[in-house]
Amino acid sequence: MTFASQMIQYLFTGLTLGSIYALVALGFTMIYNATGIINLAQGEFVMLGGLVMVFFAAVLKMPLYLGLLLTILVVTLVGVIFERLAIHPLKEASLITLIMITLAGSILFRGGAMFLWGKDPYALPAFTQSRPVQFLGATLQAQIFWVLGITVFAVAGVHFFFNRTLIGKAITACAFNPLAARLIGINVRKMVLLSFALSAAVGAVAGAIITPITLMEYDRGPLLALKGFAAAVLGGLGSGIGSVLAGFIIGILESFGAGLISSGYKDAIALLVLLIILWVKPTGILGSEEESGLKKF
Amino acid sequence: MLMKRKDLSIILIIAFVIGVFPWLTGKNEYFISLLVFMGINAMITLGLSLLMGYAGQISLGHAAFFGLGAYSSGILTVQYGLSPVAGFVFGILLSAAVAYLVGIPTLRLKGHYMAVATLGFGEIVFILFNELSFLTGGPSGLSGIPALAVGDLPLEGTAYLYLVWGLVLLLLLFSLNLINSRVGRALRAVHGSELAAGAMGVDASLYKIQVFVLSAVYASMGGSLYAHFISFISPSSFSLMFSILLLMMVVVGGTETIWGAILGAAVLTLLPEYLRGLEDFEVLAYGAILMAVLLFMPKGILEGFQRLWARAQGGS
Amino acid sequence: MSSEILNIQGLEKYFGGLRAIDELGFAVSEGQIKSVIGPNGAGKTTLFNLITGVFPPTRGVFTFAGKVLNGLKTHEIARLGISRTFQNLELFPNMNSLENVMLGCHRHTRAGIFRAGLRLPGMRQEEKKIREKAMEELRFIGLEEKALLGAKSLPLGEQKLLEIARALATQPRLLLLDEPAAGLNIRETETLSESILRIRGRGITVMLVEHDMSLVMGISDEVLVLNYGKKIAEGQPRDIQRNPGVIAAYLGEEAGNA
Repeated sequence: MTFASQMIQYLFTGLTLGSIYALVALGFTMIYNATGIINLAQGEFVMLGGLVMVFFAAVLKMPLYLGLLLTILVVTLVGVIFERLAIHPLKEASLITLIMITLAGSILFRGGAMFLWGKDPYALPAFTQSRPVQFLGATLQAQIFWVLGITVFAVAGVHFFFNRTLIGKAITACAFNPLAARLIGINVRKMVLLSFALSAAVGAVAGAIITPITLMEYDRGPLLALKGFAAAVLGGLGSGIGSVLAGFIIGILESFGAGLISSGYKDAIALLVLLIILWVKPTGILGSEEESGLKKF
Repeated sequence: MLMKRKDLSIILIIAFVIGVFPWLTGKNEYFISLLVFMGINAMITLGLSLLMGYAGQISLGHAAFFGLGAYSSGILTVQYGLSPVAGFVFGILLSAAVAYLVGIPTLRLKGHYMAVATLGFGEIVFILFNELSFLTGGPSGLSGIPALAVGDLPLEGTAYLYLVWGLVLLLLLFSLNLINSRVGRALRAVHGSELAAGAMGVDASLYKIQVFVLSAVYASMGGSLYAHFISFISPSSFSLMFSILLLMMVVVGGTETIWGAILGAAVLTLLPEYLRGLEDFEVLAYGAILMAVLLFMPKGILEGFQRLWARAQGGS
Repeated sequence: MSSEILNIQGLEKYFGGLRAIDELGFAVSEGQIKSVIGPNGAGKTTLFNLITGVFPPTRGVFTFAGKVLNGLKTHEIARLGISRTFQNLELFPNMNSLENVMLGCHRHTRAGIFRAGLRLPGMRQEEKKIREKAMEELRFIGLEEKALLGAKSLPLGEQKLLEIARALATQPRLLLLDEPAAGLNIRETETLSESILRIRGRGITVMLVEHDMSLVMGISDEVLVLNYGKKIAEGQPRDIQRNPGVIAAYLGEEAGNA
C-alpha cells in the first residue's frame, strides 16, 4: 500500500473508532445534562449492546434488524433498572457515594457479563455481506459505513431531541436547576430516568455496530468509557456536536498513533489526551467557561 | 476525634493478635500469608483513607503506586542486583515524585473530573507496566525477586508477618498522630468546607498534594513488601480491578475513620478466599457487595455496626 | 485619628453581563465598626467575597494595612489578617466545636506532616497552645460548654457564634461578619450585639453586612449603603436613617416621596 492509501486507511479506522467514542460521549453528556453526574458505567452499556446482540443474532439467529431492536430494548431496560434501584435512592448522597455507585454498577454489569458470556471475545457478522470498498487505494469494510451512517443518524436524532422537542429541553433544564424545573411542572424523576434510558440505548447501538469490526468481550467497558469521556470533555460536555467532533479527533489520533508509533500504546494515547484536556481546559474546545461554571462539576 | 486512649488500645490489641496468631494456627503457611496480604492491603488503605476519608479527595488509580513500589523493588533487586533497601527507598521516591507531578494538576479538578483523571492515570501506568517489557518483563511478569533477609537469615513466614504488621502499626500511629494534629484538622477542614478552610488561612492545594503524596508513599511501601513476599509480580496485579478493590476496602470498611479502612482491608482480603471456588461469580460479587454497602450502609460497615450497636443499647 | 485599615478604590465586578458592583470606593478606619446595608441583591456578600479573594474584581484596587490584596489567594489574604463568617454558615460538619475553632489557629502554627506524624515535642507544645487559645475564644463567645459537641448539632444561633469564635481564633485585624443576625431571635441578637462590641474592644476592626436595622444602627460607627452595586450613601447611622435616597431604595419610590 502506498503511504497515501495507508493514511486513508488510518483515517477511516479513526473515524470508525471515533464514532463509537462519540456515541459514548453522547451517553455521558445526556446523563450529565439531566443529573450533573458522570455515569462511570457508560462503557458497560456499550459492552452489553455488543454481547446481547451476539446472543440474539448469533445464538438465536434472529434477523439483524430484529436483533438490534431487541438489544436496544434489553440494554435500555438494564439502564432503567439501574437508575431506579441504584441512582434514584441516592440522589441526596455525597459526591463520593455517587461516583462509587456508578462504579459499582459498572462492576456489577461486568461481573454479570463475565458470568453469562465468560471472558472470551465474541464476533458478530457484518450487517451486510457486501464486498469491501476500494477508496483511493485503501480497503474499507462495508461495516465501517454502517458505523458512520448509524452514528450520524443517532447524533442527529439526539441533537434534534434535545434542541427541538419540549421533553429534550426539559431534561436539560433539570441539571441546571432541578428546583426551578420542578416548579414549572417538569417531572424531574421522569427526566432523569429518560436520560438513563436514552444513554443506555445509544450505548447499546454503539456496541452492536462496532462488534462486527472489533469483537466484544466482557471487560471492554472501562477503556471505552475513559475514551468516550475524553471525547465528552473535549467536546464541552454540553453540546452534542462537540462530542462527535471530539470523538472523531480522538479516534483519529489513536488510529494514527497505533499505526505510526506503536499499537501497544494506542490506548495510552487517548488516555493521555484525556488527562491533558482535564488538566488544561476541562471546559473543552467547544464548551464555554460560564456554562461549565454553572454546572456541578 | 480526639480518642487517643481508645486508639492506642486498639493498636495494642492488634499487635497482640498478630503476635499470637502464628502460634494459634500452628504456623500454618496459608493463614500466615493471608494475614501478610491483609497487612499489605491495610498499609495501602491507610493512605487512601487519609486521602478520601479525611481530605475528601478520590483516587481510582492507586494500584499504580502499589505497582511502582513493587516494580521498583523487583527491578532494582533482580535486574540491577541492588539491595532491597535501595528498591524500597527508590519506590518511595518514585511514587512520591509521580504523585506530586500528577497530583498538582489533578487535585485542582472537582469531583468527577478528579475521579476520571486518576482512573486514566492508573490505566496509563498499567499500560506502561505491560509495554516496557525490557524493564518490567511485560505481561509475563518479573520473577526471582529475592526474599528479604537480615544478614544470612531470610525473613519468611512468621518473621515476615511481624515485619509487615510492625510497619502497619507504625504507620497507623503516624497517621493517628497526623489526624489529631493541625495537619489533620486542616485536611478535615478542606473536606468539610474548602471555602471556609481558605478563609481561615489553610492552603487547600498544599494539603491536598501532601496527603496525596503521602498516600502514594504508603502504597509504594506495600508494593515493595508485596514483591519480596511473593517473589513474582506481573501487571495484572496492578490493574484497574485492584484500584477498585482498594477503593472498596475504604468505602466498605468506612470512610469516617482509619479503623474503617483497616476493617475493609481485612474483610476484602478474606473475601476472595471465600469466593475462590466461585470464580465466575467473583466480579459479580464485588459489584453486588459494593452496591449493597453504598445503598444500605453508605458510611461503611464499621459505622453501620456502631449504629446498630447503639440502637440495640438504647432499645434495651 | 485612627488610620485606614482597608481601602477600596474603583471597584467593579461583572458576572458575564451582570453588573454586581459598580464604581465602588470607600475606606474603613482601624478600630471602627462599619456596616454595609442595602436591599437584597445589592452586592453586599459579593463585596465580602471580593475582599477575601474568592473571586477577582473586574476592576479596582484593594489595599489592606498598606498591602495590595489584588491577585492574592483567599488563604494568603486570610494570613494577612482578614477573617470572616459566612451568610450560609460554613462550619466544618465533620469536626466538633472545639476543633472548628482550633482550625482558626492554623495560620499561627507551623507543624507539618513529619512533626505532626511523629508527634515531636515542639508540635505537642503547639497543640497545647492551640487548644488553650480555642477554649479561650469559646469562653469569650460563651460556648465553652459545647466544646465537644458536633458543630452542626448546635442550634442555629450558637452555630453563628461558633463561626465568629473560629474567625477570632485567627487573630484577625479585620473581621468581616456576613449577616450574623440572620435567623436569630431578639435575645440572641442582643447577645450578638454585645459580642461585636467586645470584639471591637479587643482592637479588631469589624465590617458588618446586616439586614437587622436595630443591630446596625445600634452598634455601627459608620454605615455604607449599597443598591444595585453602587454606593448611595455613607455616613453616621442617624444621618443614614434620615437619608431620602436610602429610604427610597428600601421602600420604593412612593414611600420616598411620601
